[in-house]
Amino acid sequence: MQDSLKSSSYQQLEQKSKYTNMFLRWFLYFILILFASYFIFPLYVMIVTSLKTMEEIRQGTLLSWPSGLNLESWAVAWGGRGYGAGDTFLRPYFWNSIKMVVPAVFFSTFIGAMTGYVLTKWRFKGDQWVFLFLLFGCFIPFQAILLPMARTLGVLGISNSVIGLVLVHTVYGIPFTTLFFRNYYISVPTELVKAARIDGAGFFKIFFKILLPISAPIIVVTVIWQFTQIWNDFLFGSTFSFGEAAPIQVALNNMVLSSTSVKEYNVDMASAIIAGIPTLIVYVLAGKYFIRGLTSGAVKG
Amino acid sequence: MKTLKIEELSKNFGSTEVLKKINLEIDEGNFLVLLGPSGCGKSTLLNIIAGLETINEGDVFIDDYNVSKVEPKDRNIAMVFQSYALYPSMNVKENMIFGLKQAKTSKEKIQEQLEKVSKFLQVDQLLERKPSQLSGGQRQRVAIGRALVREPRIFLFDEPLSNLDAKLRVEMRREIKKLHQQLKTTVVYVTHDQTEAMSLGTNIAIMNHGVIQQNDTPEKIYNKPSNTFVADFIGSPSMNLIKGILKVNSGDLLFTVSGSNLEIPIKDYDFKDKSNLNNKEVFFGIRPEHIFFKKFNESDFEINLRADLSEYIGHEQIMTFDYANQEVLAKFPSTIKIDLGKETKLYFDLTQASLFDAQTEERI
Repeated sequence: MQDSLKSSSYQQLEQKSKYTNMFLRWFLYFILILFASYFIFPLYVMIVTSLKTMEEIRQGTLLSWPSGLNLESWAVAWGGRGYGAGDTFLRPYFWNSIKMVVPAVFFSTFIGAMTGYVLTKWRFKGDQWVFLFLLFGCFIPFQAILLPMARTLGVLGISNSVIGLVLVHTVYGIPFTTLFFRNYYISVPTELVKAARIDGAGFFKIFFKILLPISAPIIVVTVIWQFTQIWNDFLFGSTFSFGEAAPIQVALNNMVLSSTSVKEYNVDMASAIIAGIPTLIVYVLAGKYFIRGLTSGAVKG
Repeated sequence: MKTLKIEELSKNFGSTEVLKKINLEIDEGNFLVLLGPSGCGKSTLLNIIAGLETINEGDVFIDDYNVSKVEPKDRNIAMVFQSYALYPSMNVKENMIFGLKQAKTSKEKIQEQLEKVSKFLQVDQLLERKPSQLSGGQRQRVAIGRALVREPRIFLFDEPLSNLDAKLRVEMRREIKKLHQQLKTTVVYVTHDQTEAMSLGTNIAIMNHGVIQQNDTPEKIYNKPSNTFVADFIGSPSMNLIKGILKVNSGDLLFTVSGSNLEIPIKDYDFKDKSNLNNKEVFFGIRPEHIFFKKFNESDFEINLRADLSEYIGHEQIMTFDYANQEVLAKFPSTIKIDLGKETKLYFDLTQASLFDAQTEERI
């Protein structure tokens, strides 16, 4: 009698916890879908708007589906309409940005790897101060250095040029890249360096042959970080360059804000997407290494 | 000619003195173990021999040549590290020949050395593998192989076995011993494990606070420790050190403890200095394994002590006795039954006893 009572009450409890779990699960999905749509919504609006004609935009709503795959606004955003003065389009500025971002990412990553290597494996007196000041560089508001930097670029004779922007981005990337590489190399056993020294390898050989080959995860992290920062930068681009030397973000701004006649929303949306595509590509190609690199540390010998 | 000689060597890190006036010599083919608790400076000393640390004072000689300012690669040494320090991006073969390649050795010579050493260490099947694909014991072998191919004058080992599990450690210990017997190369080996030190070394230098306490053969270290630190550090459980006073009574020397009528006669003890022994405060040292439950030798000294505690550890038991309010430990087979709280007849093997000055803690 008592046994059967017990088992029936256990069954009730089991039922109850089953319903509670089911409810919580559905609630979780609801919240997740809500947040996901919140983030995906602007992208949706951008894509559909870029595919509409101006006629459709005026008549339809923000969310309405385009009538067809109308790529004309993309062509205009990329290559212009083909008539003379005042026609701003992205193609030349896109290449400006590529010419700026590739060397800037390369140099800042390479120098960061070097400094991280020295700060962890070739310790010297006062090295923690050097690191502290480098860290300080991460927290300087960039507005504060605009004027001295403009003067420096002027003296060097590279103001309003892609080379000037490469220099600025390299210099201000070093604190971050150094931080990344230092934190990675500090978990690499120093015995590796000692072993290599006994084997007869010098400063550069140890760096290139022993440390760099095991740095892939942190290189990916640094490259993604630097690429995104430099590609998306507007402040340095708009301050230190104008006209033909401007990077894509500055050109996008000029294009969207300076149209004199009717606002062409479809062209604006297409341009904005074009300006954002390279960072997306970098994330898609290297994203899985990004997470791995951020969480990995110790190298097992 | 000494293979390795260290003269008056001192090393500071900032204001901390890590090594204080170290003097050390090793003959060709010897196996020297640097043994000591952590922080005693043994690893620093090894790094200095390797040339990985600078010297504040003193000199290091290899084959009578002063190498104090010579680069690690030119000292004709090879080192095996605790973490193995195999280059993670290179396979076993590349790891082993990296040093030879740096030294611009000819291809034929590299190939010959690689084949010889990898066969010898039984890693010839693993040459294409990455270090991450190897087991702990295999990594250890490759690390030793990387040192072997360079045919160094001196092998340096920095706690090479402490990353291995207990069983593998005993196995690798035997392999290192075999290796040394076959190759007869001079070895300097750092460890904090006394069993390793005892079983491997032809000489052991015991270090504490940057000073070498005793540098001797394992037998001498065990039987005739030169001070209480060495006596206490070596052996498990460590040597009993009973505090008391020496008394001369009608020509016989006795060890007594104040407030007790227990007396141990000291006969045939090899004193360093026989003067001023009367009323000297001393530690009487006897190892737990030299206290017996029945008379084995004619000269064994019989004494009655109360048993207080028994620790059973399988093959043996460690008994704690009361000697005039001082603890005395003894090691017996676990089959012996001893009643706790009762006086038990014990036999001290006095030929194995040591005496230390209570003030200086040095052997007398």
